[in-house]
Amino acid sequence: MKVIIKRVLFLLAVIGIWQLVYSLGVYEKIVFPGPLQVGQALITGFTTGDFLNALGASFRHLFSGLSLAILFGTILGVILGKSKQADETAGMYLIALQSIPSIVWVPLAIMLFGFSEFAVVFVVVLGGTFVMALNVRSAIHSVPPQLVRAARTMGTNGLSLFFRVEIPSSIPYFMSGLRLAWAFSWRALMAGELLSNGPGLGYSLRYAQDYARMDQVIGIIIIIGVIGAVVDQLVFSKLEKNVMKRWGLLKT
Amino acid sequence: MFLQINDVSKTFDDKNQGSFEVFSGIDLNIEQNQFVSLLGPSGCGKSTLLSMVAGLESVSEGSIVLEGHEIKKAGTDRGMIFQQASLFPWLNVKENVMFPLKSTGSKKDAEEKADRFLQMVHLSRFKDHYTHELSGGMQQRVAIARALAMDPKVLLMDEPFGALDEQTRHILHEELMKIWEETKKTILFVTHSIQEAIKLSDRVIVMGTRPGKIIADFNIDLPRPRRRDDPQVIELEKKVMGLLEVEINKVLKEELSYESHY
Repeated sequence: MKVIIKRVLFLLAVIGIWQLVYSLGVYEKIVFPGPLQVGQALITGFTTGDFLNALGASFRHLFSGLSLAILFGTILGVILGKSKQADETAGMYLIALQSIPSIVWVPLAIMLFGFSEFAVVFVVVLGGTFVMALNVRSAIHSVPPQLVRAARTMGTNGLSLFFRVEIPSSIPYFMSGLRLAWAFSWRALMAGELLSNGPGLGYSLRYAQDYARMDQVIGIIIIIGVIGAVVDQLVFSKLEKNVMKRWGLLKT
Repeated sequence: MFLQINDVSKTFDDKNQGSFEVFSGIDLNIEQNQFVSLLGPSGCGKSTLLSMVAGLESVSEGSIVLEGHEIKKAGTDRGMIFQQASLFPWLNVKENVMFPLKSTGSKKDAEEKADRFLQMVHLSRFKDHYTHELSGGMQQRVAIARALAMDPKVLLMDEPFGALDEQTRHILHEELMKIWEETKKTILFVTHSIQEAIKLSDRVIVMGTRPGKIIADFNIDLPRPRRRDDPQVIELEKKVMGLLEVEINKVLKEELSYESHY
């Protein structure tokens, strides 16, 4: 059976069970809406433009936050990857910082920047930077010494060695870093927006909760999940796979 | 003299065990256009010596002089071929060969050179392929073309065919001989295979170990192509084998006695 058919059938089964539980009236309708209500909420949300506005705002935060995270992460990663001194001094702390869930930064961001969109972007930047930096650091470390030696015998050294050998050689790992930075930033974005004063998808989620609109809550959760999966599969995983194939790290 | 290795020593500093001397007092003069093999058991420092000529390893004592210039660092006047082809996977075959030419001359010039040397190693058909699409033997031929494209004075080869299967090695021996006759490069060739050294070289330098030193220096005047069943070749092989056996036994004994300490 084709993979796509399996997936569609599975989804239909899950929706079927959902509908069944709903119809049996196990839970109150207000806390447990059925698939139809959620679908209705999604359609209304999109036709009135509420969800689109929220999505637009979220992507704006994500774009500025992720761009900065990639920039800062790359700079940090290159410094730690190239300088043993820097790595010995700060490398451990980077791992510690990376292990902090991004929602933890939200109170700090709100205290510093108030309930502003900037506070949300700040959380997204922190969410993506450290994981990016760690991956860029391993990317630099992953450059085969043999290639560096070979390049040196061809008269390449210094900056030229960095740009012509070390950077291209580390691109596959850089791509993995990019994918992880996106995933971490996306999570950080939702955490940040959930506690912000909007606009944004996370804010809409909390707003729906405040008004006890469970159908909207579930609808937005579905949107968040779908976007996460689609961007990962269509953009970052694809990019990473293509690069791996091109670099000969993946057998076709 | 073309390439002089004057009383050269190599010592590695080890933080834990003090310094370790690989070899000392190595003296060698290599003439232009010669094919010279450095032959020896593992640990004799033959690859280290080659890396020092390449400028990848520092010289602890003594000096290495190429055409009157002392070697201090790596440069395009010496092309090195490693056991692994060490090609750049993000470049295709032709771009790999053009890599050392980027800073010298025009792009057109580089392309012409790359085409010429790819033809020399019979890989013109594969110039647009990526390196991971090639077999090990083909990759090594790209590496040879890449080194030749720089037009180096010396070609340094560090067990270049050690990782290949017997058949491929055989074919590449013949190709290397043709290339050498065509380009008349000076070749310094590191190997641990007696047959390979005798088959290819004008001169075989046999190195011993613990500490590394030169124990014999043969000029081989036999006509090419050399056949393995030629009685003169067999005679030479036996002679070199006799010399190396002593060295290999020395290593074995040392390793065994080291073991029994525990």
